[in-house]
Amino acid sequence: MNPLQKLLPNIDDWGEIGRACIDTLLMLGGSLLLTVLIGLPLGVLLYLTGKGQLRPMPKLYAVTSLLVNILRSVPFIILMIVLMPVTYFLVGTKLGIRGAIPPLVIGAAPFFARLVETALREVQQGVIEASQAMGASLWQIVRHVLLPEARGGLFAGITVTAIALVGYTAMGGAIGSGGLGDLAYRYGYLSYKSDYMLVTVVLLIVLVQLLQMLGDRIVTRYKRH
Amino acid sequence: MRLSPEGHISAVIRFVDVHKSYRVDGRDIPALQPFSLDIADGEVFGIIGLSGAGKSTLIRLVNLLERPSGGTIFVGDTEMTALAEPALRAQRRRIGMIFQHFNLLASQTVADNVAFPMRLAGEHSASVLRARVDELLARVGLSTHADKYPSQLSGGQKQRVGIARALANRPSILLCDEATSALDPQTTASVLELLAEINRELELTIVLITHEMDVVRRVCDRVAVLDAGVIVERGAVADVFLHPQHDTTRRFVNEALPEEAASELAPFAQVPGRILRLSFRGDTTLTPALGRVARDTGIDFNILAGRIDRIKNLPYGQLTLAVQGERVDVAMAALREAGIEIEELPR
Repeated sequence: MNPLQKLLPNIDDWGEIGRACIDTLLMLGGSLLLTVLIGLPLGVLLYLTGKGQLRPMPKLYAVTSLLVNILRSVPFIILMIVLMPVTYFLVGTKLGIRGAIPPLVIGAAPFFARLVETALREVQQGVIEASQAMGASLWQIVRHVLLPEARGGLFAGITVTAIALVGYTAMGGAIGSGGLGDLAYRYGYLSYKSDYMLVTVVLLIVLVQLLQMLGDRIVTRYKRH
Repeated sequence: MRLSPEGHISAVIRFVDVHKSYRVDGRDIPALQPFSLDIADGEVFGIIGLSGAGKSTLIRLVNLLERPSGGTIFVGDTEMTALAEPALRAQRRRIGMIFQHFNLLASQTVADNVAFPMRLAGEHSASVLRARVDELLARVGLSTHADKYPSQLSGGQKQRVGIARALANRPSILLCDEATSALDPQTTASVLELLAEINRELELTIVLITHEMDVVRRVCDRVAVLDAGVIVERGAVADVFLHPQHDTTRRFVNEALPEEAASELAPFAQVPGRILRLSFRGDTTLTPALGRVARDTGIDFNILAGRIDRIKNLPYGQLTLAVQGERVDVAMAALREAGIEIEELPR
């Protein structure tokens, strides 16, 4: 018996842990991609239609803002259950990686949109005015001024969102979405195999650390200028 | 400044009965009282005023970053106030603008900042952009800084990048929004020199706003003085500078001439004789008229204050004298004859 087995006596299938890791990464990657694709335009919309901004539209802003706030105020575990019919409609299953992605995205995109809005507000008003003076259209301002100038803040937002998503994917385990959370829940909680719990927690910590380090590295790279 | 064949000033920017107010909490707060103003092709036109006088609003009316509440604004033959959004954007590309805080893109290199307005205008050929950027950076003296980022430059260098960027699309007008207010005196001087050079060599019309009379004195041909949303005085810089009419103008002039301000406070009552202020302009500054007239008419004079300087390229001098003698009026006539302007100051 090697020392690792002594420490973790119940773990007989490392392959299963490996598969769970891959599942978590797939859920994370897929949901992060979709979250950015949906949250970025939503954040730009919030920014542009806000009071005193480039296209102030108080009503549209109020509605979008309310919707974002509602989705953000529902705890993710509840949101997942509430969204089950929607999930089934969208991907044809409530389970597994596919079943996990719609609630993950719907939970994280409004969160990310707010971070995008905040990051865009950090862009100096004067730079926007200068580009207007140069004859830039709204689209050119968004594409060539706002997004590049805010990219440090945007990458910081993506990092924070990715880490929140790691937590969400783990919660998804409770209702059968697979991945490390599912493993911890089934073995660690339901079967009292606490060594599974330990391994899962360590893996999650490592994952979050890696994400934070990667994110920080990208942010510093862009913040330097 | 260029004249039309009939000898009229050809205006490149015209404000006709323009006014502007802001709506704050349901009430209209006036920022600029109704005014009309012509800015001539090729001149450097200064607008001076304290903060809150409305000068940044006024300069933003030219490219319609601020829309007037009423009135018409022409740039060249185009009625700016009648343009729809796409046509307005096209016009704005013909009007360069530089800013107090430079407003460069922090995420882009110097070269990309300068190329930015050309890219916005649809120029994407790398060789065309490169050539034009090189030419512009050479003009502003930053050829070796093309690949740096704005954060690596000094304030003066950033403003030079701003100027290069503003010139990229070969505008006919350059708007300067407090362009030197964030710079130290030496850097201010070199940036103003660059602006004057651009005005001369590219025959570009420059409109600048400032709160420093010294900036006006160094580069402007004409000036308008703005006080609480009203243009209280306007004219050739030498006229306004040597003979300010309005209190606000006097305050600005005195700021630029500290000696003069002190002499205003001097106890004239203790000096015998009449107090005269002599203004010399151009060649009269260099002729020894005062000594000759004094000898011929037998007057005595005592110099209370004086200075010699330049207004743009025009040398000028101003002397405040206490004059005694029987033939003071004859002397004054002789001095006027010699092209010297004389004001008698109240004692």
